[in-house]
Amino acid sequence: MENLFVIAMNGMFLKNFLLVQFLGLCSFVGVTKESKSAIGMSGAVIFVMTISSIVSYLVYTFILVPSKLAFLGTISFIVIIAALVQLVEFVIRKFSPALYRSLGIYLPLISTNCAILGAVLLNVQNQYSFIASVVFGISAGVGYGIAMTLMAAIRERSVRLNVPSAVQGLPHAFFIATLLSMAFVNFFGVIPI
Amino acid sequence: MSKVTSEYIRGIIKDNPTFGLVLGLCPVLAVTTSVENAIGMAAGTAFVLIFSNMFISAMRKQIPPSVRLPIFLIVIATFVTMVDMLMAAYAPPLHRSLGIFIPLIVVNCIIIGRAEAYANRNNVFYSIIDALGESTGFLLVLVLIGGIRELLGTGAIVLFGNTLIEVPIEPATYMVLPPGAFLTIGVLMAIVNYSKAKRLRKMGGE
Repeated sequence: MENLFVIAMNGMFLKNFLLVQFLGLCSFVGVTKESKSAIGMSGAVIFVMTISSIVSYLVYTFILVPSKLAFLGTISFIVIIAALVQLVEFVIRKFSPALYRSLGIYLPLISTNCAILGAVLLNVQNQYSFIASVVFGISAGVGYGIAMTLMAAIRERSVRLNVPSAVQGLPHAFFIATLLSMAFVNFFGVIPI
Repeated sequence: MSKVTSEYIRGIIKDNPTFGLVLGLCPVLAVTTSVENAIGMAAGTAFVLIFSNMFISAMRKQIPPSVRLPIFLIVIATFVTMVDMLMAAYAPPLHRSLGIFIPLIVVNCIIIGRAEAYANRNNVFYSIIDALGESTGFLLVLVLIGGIRELLGTGAIVLFGNTLIEVPIEPATYMVLPPGAFLTIGVLMAIVNYSKAKRLRKMGGE
């Protein structure tokens, strides 16, 4: 039995997807120009990551492993995620138009986001139980959200900074990420596990 | 310059996956802790890119446009699974150090991007040339970043057991940790931007 608290802390801080493991960087530099879209994207990621952790666990444990098809893991996960994103889009559009308006445009971006597939693959690699997989999915999503929100807040406030023209845009975003990442790497020492 | 060479060179310089197209950043930052990992990752990506470009280009007239993305993903995932199993069998240490980034080649934007932007519109021969060019560009970037990080982070570059370069500096361990990756790519991107702007200014002045 894994310690769920350790798994949650790992997902949120110690192994933060964006700043420590480099999963899902396209959205990290692409969608963090303003806080509002960063929060929308984070919400969509938390949502899809949790559901895909659940579904992929069930498919892997009850379909692939008994029929000795575990090597098809990657192919089936990518199909599951793409199908889930579509399904989530339909369901949200039907039941909550308000939520759809705020999350809708980010959902298509998610099916090729490495963070989701990364979470699913890490669940399998670490041989997490069902509950541990769900906890890891949620906490990794929350960790993603924390990093996105921090990054967007800093970028929003640094728009007016007078930086050299060559550094404007992406290089500047990476320099901010360097500092944030330094902070997150140091969590290794702060949380004794 | 013939079309073959120009298509090849375009993949390395103008459409360079990292600095030109800014696609597929995750592996660029995650696996470049050493030159050896960088080469392994580039080889895996090249294998998948070449074969997926070849197959998608060969099937481009049969693929219905409305479901092309799921088909691309399945073709790519098939080759990624092959790379994963080949590497696990023949290079277990490399497979361990690259970890989940091998299966994650599936969602590398370079591969699906080239399938969509190039292989889906051009014949098999040019698609392979394009894949070769992009792979070479990717390899150069990975080796550059891996080299910088390994040299500054450990003080030496070790390739397959041989020490290539050794410098008498105090190793800055931060360079092989995640922040070093962000710093290196930030500096490199700023240099690329600077030289691009300089070239543009020169062209405007003449």
